[in-house]
Amino acid sequence: MYKYDQYDQRQVDTRVEEFRDQTRRRLSGELPEEKFRPLRLMNGLYLQLHAYMLRVAVPYGTLSGAQMHALADIAEKYDRGYGHFTTRQNIQYNWIKLEDAPEILADLAKVEMHAIQTSGNCIRNISSDHFAGAAADELIDPRPYAELMRQWSSFHPEFSYLPRKFKICVIASDTDRAAMRLHDIGIQIVRNDAGELGAAFYVGGGMGRTPMIAPCINDFVPLDRLITYAEACLRVYNRYGRRDNKYKARIKILVHELGAEEYTRQVEEEYAHMLEQGVEPPFAELERIKTYFADPPFESGLSSDVDRSDSDFALWVDRNTHQHKADGYVSAVISLKPVGGIPGDASVEQMHLMADLASEFSLDECRVMHTQNIVLPHVKIADLPALFARLDAAGLSTPNLDQIDDIIACPGLDYCSLANARSIPVAQKISERFAASGKGNELGQLKLKISGCINACGHHHAGHIGILGVDRKGTENYQLLLGGSEAEDTSLAKITGPGFDEDGIVAAVETVTDVYLAQRSDGERFLDTYRRIGMAPFKEALYD
Amino acid sequence: MTDASFTGLVRLRDDASSDAPAVTVDSFAEQSNAGAVRIEPGDDTRELLPHLGHVTRVEINFPSFTDGRGYSAAQILREAGYTGEIRAVGDVAVDQLAYMRRCGFDAFQPDKPMNEADVEAAFARWDHVYQKTTDARVPIWGLRHGLNDNAGADG
Repeated sequence: MYKYDQYDQRQVDTRVEEFRDQTRRRLSGELPEEKFRPLRLMNGLYLQLHAYMLRVAVPYGTLSGAQMHALADIAEKYDRGYGHFTTRQNIQYNWIKLEDAPEILADLAKVEMHAIQTSGNCIRNISSDHFAGAAADELIDPRPYAELMRQWSSFHPEFSYLPRKFKICVIASDTDRAAMRLHDIGIQIVRNDAGELGAAFYVGGGMGRTPMIAPCINDFVPLDRLITYAEACLRVYNRYGRRDNKYKARIKILVHELGAEEYTRQVEEEYAHMLEQGVEPPFAELERIKTYFADPPFESGLSSDVDRSDSDFALWVDRNTHQHKADGYVSAVISLKPVGGIPGDASVEQMHLMADLASEFSLDECRVMHTQNIVLPHVKIADLPALFARLDAAGLSTPNLDQIDDIIACPGLDYCSLANARSIPVAQKISERFAASGKGNELGQLKLKISGCINACGHHHAGHIGILGVDRKGTENYQLLLGGSEAEDTSLAKITGPGFDEDGIVAAVETVTDVYLAQRSDGERFLDTYRRIGMAPFKEALYD
Repeated sequence: MTDASFTGLVRLRDDASSDAPAVTVDSFAEQSNAGAVRIEPGDDTRELLPHLGHVTRVEINFPSFTDGRGYSAAQILREAGYTGEIRAVGDVAVDQLAYMRRCGFDAFQPDKPMNEADVEAAFARWDHVYQKTTDARVPIWGLRHGLNDNAGADG
């Protein structure tokens, strides 16, 4: 894992001092709210329906045991005993007092963490593959590149008042586990025919009210030009991104309105200019960062056999573990989606337990997934029964990775000032319904994603089944969407037709899964069947 | 704080301040002997670059501090070798000063006067920086790899 040196630590400490001063000026009335707002947002502090919400950055989703313990301590000391893991691989606390915020940031700085640029119209926390450094199918660990970009993007003086928020994702596998093409910049580390590593840049993707899949604007940027190319992409956006309408201000609109070709031309022109400015860190800096991400000491000669006689355990292993690059290891997913629970929430006790398990079973590392679960990336297969027993005792052994009840849901109207409808109760009802009928077990991989408003924090556009909460004449109404994917086969879901009320949407989800069960061919996922048979049979079952 | 003092213009240059009136970018095209020009957020700074010979002051206006186009404008001027004054005017406050200075601004004239102590604190706050910009500070990556003078960072 990356470790701060004196400079990284000083930067984070300085930010705490700066924010402490800004908060003091706000509380004294010297700084009016409209001036303070962008400043607090750049420190992850939102004003929500009931209180301030603080979003803490988890760069590329990676946490040590000590960091997870610290997140639990914050939940206990400053919040109501729980935290909420987000689709940006971060954690949010929903009940924060403004006057406590500087202290929380100071507590985070002690464990090399921060809330810098987790909100606001700036470059946000860099996300990555949650199985990075562990997955059998990756080309290389993408996190050193993400860390290089974290440092470059932190306190960036030119790009801190962008037209709109800016999200960057870095992956290094053909299997996309991070919704790469739905980011403002998605980067895939690739190898060219000459055997050299480089970065493919996908620019102008996003969800929100106008979902777009990012086009590839350069399929091979040399790795010692990564920052320079990103600077060029950002400068064109900062200068020409729309600022007249916040709903048209994301880079996807600029790329769309200019056309990918013209945007690319402008970027290449700026890139040629930027190459002369010497903005790129030396290659030695990337090499320095890489040393922190060297493989941990995996043991060799481990057995891959495990006693599967306990059927609950066997099901959990089948569903919640992922193939590891080292023999005798797997990555194990801790589901934060218990039946009837709040997707992504973890209690103080659960966070402490996950921290302990990371230390004991996973070489002191855990990861936040964009699907709001936690990964223990490096678990010996022989340790799985002991790990499962500990998880089971804490209610953390739900065997539902990528199943219909592994639901992504935004906080919705229960917390969020932007929401039109509640998301959490819908997620709870769906998981309860499919658990009660047992039908959930027949469905296989089915990604269900719920957003409580058009801003799409719950990724409904990218759900095999998506649900969008809207306000219809003062009552909550839910639209159903089908056919989205955030994976390497990225696609945007389409609306089935008129929306439903809360009970109606739960029934509608069951209806479309019934169509799938009746129509599927061998081995087809819900998404595959939808793509083969199209929308019509689903509409017919829903509305006729 | 009873002894707080406020200041309208903060200037980090030693040369004499010019009082030439700033013309708009449009009118500058017709009177390129003007000594000062004012850039609005929508202007293309690069159009000015061939004509900066007589210009001793460029004002970059921030109608709203959340519109960050002026930061790129200043960087572009410095990257092109402009050494005259770049003055941030408009909706500018102490919380923007450090980043503005990193982008090449060396004078600040906000609509609302700033507390001098806050200004001093803002400039003194950041010991280190992560990025290479036009302000010639050595980024942290330069310090890590022994580029501890400005020439080294540029080379």
